[in-house]
Amino acid sequence: MSIVVEQLARRFNRGGSPAVSRVSFQAPEGAITSLLGPSGAGKSTLLRLIAGLEIPDEGRVLIDGVDSTQMPVQQRGVGVVFQSYALFKHLTVRQNVAFGLEVRRVPKAEREARVEEMLRMVQLEHLGGRYPGQLSGGQRQRVAFARALAIRPRVLLLDEPFGALDTRVREELREWLHALHERTRLTTLLVTHDQQEALEISQHVVVLSEGCVAQAGSPADIYDRPASPFVASFIGGASVLRGHVQAGRAAMGALSVTAPAAAREGEPVHAFVRPHDIKLAKAFAGAASASTTTGRVERLKPVGGYVKVFLRLPSGDEVTVEVPRSEFDALGVAEGDSVRADVRSATVFVGDYSI
Amino acid sequence: MHPSTLVLRRSARSLSGPAFVRWGLIGAAVLLLGVFLIVPLVAVFTFAFQKGWEAYVSALTHPTALAAMRLTLLAAAIAVPFNLVFGLAASWLIARFQFRGRSLLMTLIDLPFSVSPVIAGLIFVLLFGRQGWLGPWLLDHDVRVIFAVPGIVLATVFVTFPFVAREVLPVMEAQGSDEEEAALTLGASGWRTFLVVTLPKVKWGVLYGVILCNARAMGEFGAVSVVSGHVRGVTTTLPLHAEILYNEYDLAGAFAVASLLTLLALVTLVVKKFVEWRSQPS
Repeated sequence: MSIVVEQLARRFNRGGSPAVSRVSFQAPEGAITSLLGPSGAGKSTLLRLIAGLEIPDEGRVLIDGVDSTQMPVQQRGVGVVFQSYALFKHLTVRQNVAFGLEVRRVPKAEREARVEEMLRMVQLEHLGGRYPGQLSGGQRQRVAFARALAIRPRVLLLDEPFGALDTRVREELREWLHALHERTRLTTLLVTHDQQEALEISQHVVVLSEGCVAQAGSPADIYDRPASPFVASFIGGASVLRGHVQAGRAAMGALSVTAPAAAREGEPVHAFVRPHDIKLAKAFAGAASASTTTGRVERLKPVGGYVKVFLRLPSGDEVTVEVPRSEFDALGVAEGDSVRADVRSATVFVGDYSI
Repeated sequence: MHPSTLVLRRSARSLSGPAFVRWGLIGAAVLLLGVFLIVPLVAVFTFAFQKGWEAYVSALTHPTALAAMRLTLLAAAIAVPFNLVFGLAASWLIARFQFRGRSLLMTLIDLPFSVSPVIAGLIFVLLFGRQGWLGPWLLDHDVRVIFAVPGIVLATVFVTFPFVAREVLPVMEAQGSDEEEAALTLGASGWRTFLVVTLPKVKWGVLYGVILCNARAMGEFGAVSVVSGHVRGVTTTLPLHAEILYNEYDLAGAFAVASLLTLLALVTLVVKKFVEWRSQPS
C-alpha cells in the first residue's frame, strides 16, 4: 500500500506563492515516511491533499497504485490523526473508536470486538466509558490513533500527532508509535517539524522547503549527505563558515577543509559544521594542522549532559560546539579564553546563495 | 478559607472606593431597576386583576383573545422552524467556507436588526399591497397577503431572521472543523457529519437562538401592526389585541393579555438562563 505523489500542486491565494508546488515523492509500502520541514513548508497541506481534505490544482495522488486524486475522502480508506486530536467530545472513548465502524455498518458483535481490540492496543481498555475531556493529552491522542486504526485503513496519515504534547509524553508516544508500527507494518506518513522525531522513527524522510522537496532519502542519507545548503543548515543545527576555494581546498581564513572535486579556484564556499564535529583542546596544545584554528569562547551555556560553547573564529564566523559534560570539565575553559578547534568533518557547498 | 480567596478579598477591598460612592452607586442602580423594571411588572399584574379573577379569565377566553393566541402561535410556529433551518445553514456556510459575497451575506442577515420594524412592515405593504409591485398579480390570483395571515407570518419571519444565525455563527467559528474532517476521513457522509458531529457541538447555541427567536416572534408589534389591518379575531396577534383593548379603554382586558406576554417573557428568561448554565463547558 504505497503512496505515490506526482507533480502535486496547491495554491490557496490567487497570485500568492503556492503552498505546495509540483511535489513528487514516494512513501514506500510498510514504512514510516516523514514529511519534515519548517513551518510553512507545505507539509500539512501535502498530507491533506493525500487524505482528500484538499483538492489539488495539479498532479496526482496514487494510493496502492490506484489514482485517488478525484476520489472522495470517505472512500480513500485513510486513517488520519490530527495534532488537535479532533475527538468527538460528546461521545465516549468507546463511541469515538466505534464511529467509523458504525458508518461502515459493521455488525454490532464484530464492531464491539474490534473496539475492544483497538482499546487494548492503545492500552486504554479501562477508560472506554470516559469522555475525551476526562483524559490527558497523551491518552486523547491514543484514542485518536485507535479511532483511525479501527477502520483498518490502507494507509495512516499523521499530522504532527505529538505536537501538542509535552516532551516526556512525546518521547513515550514516539516509542509507542514505533512499536505499533513494528506490529502493524502499516504504510505511514508522518508530518513533523521535529527532526529528532523524523530521524528516529522513520525509514524514509522527505525534507520540504517552501512547498518543494529539498531532499528525500533514508535518515542516514539526509543527515550525513545533505543535498543542499538548506538541508545542511536545517538538519543537525550546523554552523556556517564562509570562505573561498584555495589550492583545491575550502579555506576560511587559516582554517581549511577538503573542497568538492568540481570546485574551481577562487569560488565562494560555505562549510556547514555540526556542533559535535568540532573537537576543542587547550590553545597551542598539540600540533596544528590545516583543519585546526584558534577561537575565542564568547559564551558558555550548560544544557543538561553537555555544554554549548559559542566560539568566535578569527574569520569572524561564529560556531556552536557541543561538548559532553565530562569532557568540558577536563578541558577547563572559561568565557573569554582562547581554545583550539579541530574541525573533524564539514559539508562544503560551492557557490553563492542565501540560506 | 483558601489562601487565594483571601488575596481576592483583600484586593477587592483595595480596589473599591469610599463607602458613600459604593452605596450611592448601588442605590442608584437599585432605584433605576425598581422604577423601570419592577414597578411596571407589578403594575401589569395589578391592572390585569383589578376587576378580579373572573374578569381576567373571561378577558383571556374571549373568542377574539383566543383567536389572537392562535395566530401568535401560528406565526411563531412558522417563523421559528424557518429561521432555525436558515440560521443553521447560513452560519455553517459563513463559518466553514470562503466565498464571494460572504461579508455581504453577513450584513444582510443583520438587516432586520438595523431596520425599524415599522419600515419592515411598510416594505411588505409596498411589495404585496394593493398598490404594491406584486399587488395586481396577487389580486388576479386571489391571494391576500397584506391585511391577512400570510402578511403577519412574513413580517414575523423577517424581524426574527437574525436570531438563530447570530447565536450559532460565533459558536461554529470558535470550534473549527477538525472534528468534521476526522468524521469525513472515517467515512461519514456530509449529512451524517452534520447531524452527528456539528449539531451536537452547537446545540446550546442553537437552543439559545431559538428561545430568543421565539420570544421575538410572539412579541413583535411594529412590523406586524403595519401589515395586519387590525381585523379583530382574524389578523390580530396578542400584542395587537392588547393594543386594541387598550384603545377601547378596556384596561383590565388589555392588561390581562399583557400579563400573558409578560409571563412568556419571564419563562423565556428562565429557560435562557438554564440554557446558558447548561452550555457552560464543564
